[in-house]
Amino acid sequence: MKSLEKKSNRNFLNMDYITKKDIEDIRDNYLKKASLIHKHIVICAGTGCISNGSLLVYKAISESLIQAGLNNVIKLSLDVHDDNKSVYVSRSGCQGFCAQGPLLTIYPDNVMYVGVKPQDAAEIIQKTVVNDEVIDRLLYVNPANKQKGKSISDIPFYSMQNRLVLGECGIVDPESIEEYISHGGYVAAEKALNVLSDKEICDMIMQSGLRGRGGGGFLTGKKWDITRLTEGDKKYVICNGDEGDPGAFMDRSLMEGNPHRIIEGMIIAAKAVNANEAYIYVRAEYPLAVARMQKAVEDALKLGVLGTNVFGSGHEINIHVMEGAGAFVCGEETALIGSIEGKRGMPNRKPPYPAQKGLFGKSTVINNVETLATIPLIISNGAEWHNSIGTEKSKGTKIFALTGHVANTGLIEVPFGTTLNKIIYSIGGGVEHNTQSAGHKKFKAVQVGGPSGGCIPEYLFDTIVDYDSVTATGAIMGSGGLVVMDENTCMVDMARFFLDFTQKESCGKCTFCRVGTKRMLEILTRITQGEGRDGDIELLEELCEQIRTSSLCGLGQTAPNPVLTTLKYFRHEYEAHIYNKKCPAHNCKKLLTYTIETEKCTGCTVCAKNCPTTAISGERKLPHLIDQSLCIKCGACFSKCKFEAITLS
Amino acid sequence: MSNPLRYSVILQANIEIMRIERVPVVQENALSDDIDLALIDPILEHYAGLNGAVIPVLQKIQAVYGYLPKSAIHKAADVLMISASSIFGVATFYSQFSLKPKGKNIIKICAGTACHVKYSKTLIDLVHEKLKTGESNNTTDDGLFTVEIVSCLGACGLAPVMVVNEHVNGMVTSKMCSEIIDEIIRKEKQS
Repeated sequence: MKSLEKKSNRNFLNMDYITKKDIEDIRDNYLKKASLIHKHIVICAGTGCISNGSLLVYKAISESLIQAGLNNVIKLSLDVHDDNKSVYVSRSGCQGFCAQGPLLTIYPDNVMYVGVKPQDAAEIIQKTVVNDEVIDRLLYVNPANKQKGKSISDIPFYSMQNRLVLGECGIVDPESIEEYISHGGYVAAEKALNVLSDKEICDMIMQSGLRGRGGGGFLTGKKWDITRLTEGDKKYVICNGDEGDPGAFMDRSLMEGNPHRIIEGMIIAAKAVNANEAYIYVRAEYPLAVARMQKAVEDALKLGVLGTNVFGSGHEINIHVMEGAGAFVCGEETALIGSIEGKRGMPNRKPPYPAQKGLFGKSTVINNVETLATIPLIISNGAEWHNSIGTEKSKGTKIFALTGHVANTGLIEVPFGTTLNKIIYSIGGGVEHNTQSAGHKKFKAVQVGGPSGGCIPEYLFDTIVDYDSVTATGAIMGSGGLVVMDENTCMVDMARFFLDFTQKESCGKCTFCRVGTKRMLEILTRITQGEGRDGDIELLEELCEQIRTSSLCGLGQTAPNPVLTTLKYFRHEYEAHIYNKKCPAHNCKKLLTYTIETEKCTGCTVCAKNCPTTAISGERKLPHLIDQSLCIKCGACFSKCKFEAITLS
Repeated sequence: MSNPLRYSVILQANIEIMRIERVPVVQENALSDDIDLALIDPILEHYAGLNGAVIPVLQKIQAVYGYLPKSAIHKAADVLMISASSIFGVATFYSQFSLKPKGKNIIKICAGTACHVKYSKTLIDLVHEKLKTGESNNTTDDGLFTVEIVSCLGACGLAPVMVVNEHVNGMVTSKMCSEIIDEIIRKEKQS
């Protein structure tokens, strides 16, 4: 009975499974309806824009449409329209340009508005939708040359990118499977299941040169081929969405913005290794990603692209969405497998590799979200196409989360081989314009690869990004977090920050990782508090080497990287802290001294009023004085003084 | 080994390193559970006998009570036929699980890299000072607030980020942070 019900819901012609023709029909039907639409308004509903109020904008736009006498189309798949008044308003996943949110794009004109507020809605409808006028004040202004960008292609942040994997992310409605299909979705999965053999798929992925995007950079095709050739009655596919690197959010954006692409990649992987059960492990800190993945899996099952007889190939594929419980180490594949099995997420020794003995003791292929999202593109466009992008050993494009002290923070995708200069200056728009600081600051470094990576100094910004060039600097590619730091960032404090993180997240299995990172953290904390001793640097170097060589998993092996790279490029900062008791970046509180310049002080008493410890004394209209024994270096006086009379040293 | 006192000191030091301190078990709290255990019957029934059920079960139990009551864990152990010690092992390993009741309002401050370079430490200090909380006592005495410092919320483009009861606040300044907390306190006093 149940299957009959399902069949009637699906409304297929005469089959009990979905066929290529059904997919094409859904697409054509959708495109036909889309062509009848007068305008299509896309409002970004990624986590960033929602927090800036994009859902209120969505509501206001919908209301304004009705007020203006237009037809508000909520779901394209349901309603039919043949007038000139229908406007389709949809919510998309993250469009990437988080710093400028909420973002609103109007198609087919490609007009993009940034920082849209609910009170702008009526004007947008009246001017842009009805009268085809562009509203000047809502356009993006390039901080470099003050030029306004009317359409997406006029904005350097977008025009300098090569958005392939992110392609539909930020355009399609992530909660609509029809919309994904209308953009060419599930065609590759159908091809993989009915046209290609498992060996052909593995060969194709191998020839494409695709390497795992999770950090290791292992050839995906090879991983699949090993799993394919392993004997076994049951195999598993796991999608690793436990994106724990602080400063990285590409997997979150993909899962929230285009979940069906990931499912399609998993279907292809399942066929390639002959698995019929798959898991998506999503980080617990991403509730929206969990919800969207769950909805996508349900929709795919309802439509028949998942289930017992996928595309009539006889292949059964089921996907479970598993929510993580908060442990960075679960990003490591054996730990993640342990976590799905319901254990503490502690890594195991390799070999045996998951391909040989993985989930529940069965052969398992485990790939990162971004890797799986690339797969359908390769199946559709061919291995040659993917192979032609990128550098000799790193093929394709890579998504980066560009954050920190850079003007345009957000999510970007560039081909391998792009220089850091281009990413940070051309796409990122250079150093952040901070109203609090006078004049321009300079860049100091960029942190690549999270807690396992390292800091690349400003003079190496002509380094190209690919697996090997980044590794040569001492950092690692990691999952793709790029945190840009300006000259006011203390590199010793950065190293301390990462050690604090790895020390907390170490699972405790290996002594060198568990105890060693704690000792390193203690030393680094001491240095930043002005209690550094002669010999500390050498001790750190020794500990780094021991931890690197004596830890079981990637977490421990790479934990020393932030310290090693900062020691390599910024040793003078360590020395200044230890020997001169100074922090050159004016960041470490205990090493700062605030003093009042008597010539500049007007005696306005603002500093004294704001001092929480009454360390500042002085008569009105007479120069004030800071009692250093009472000063807690909170910086309140420094930020309040209007006459720049307080100096830092 | 000859000196039992010395041995216990070493043991204690080791325990500290093994970061069992991450989720401290407060005995009084755990024992004074006054809860309706029948609420979790459907959850346990659904997962009994399934592979890898421990984490989803704990997540669902926490969704019911807001934390993991000791008695609920023992009940889960009985039904799922897994030793209570291994369930406690899982519950203390993952940062999402709490063995202590949480406050009414949960404030999460991101301490990821992007937020760190944008001085999220200032916000953390400010909130702790304002609510008289700290790393070890992260719930206020009146039970109104729990302050959690999380490693990354994935909203790095908006750093520094502070999440109040699932609402994400981006590019938070000290002033905004103070105002948000004052607003909650004001509302709580009214109701």
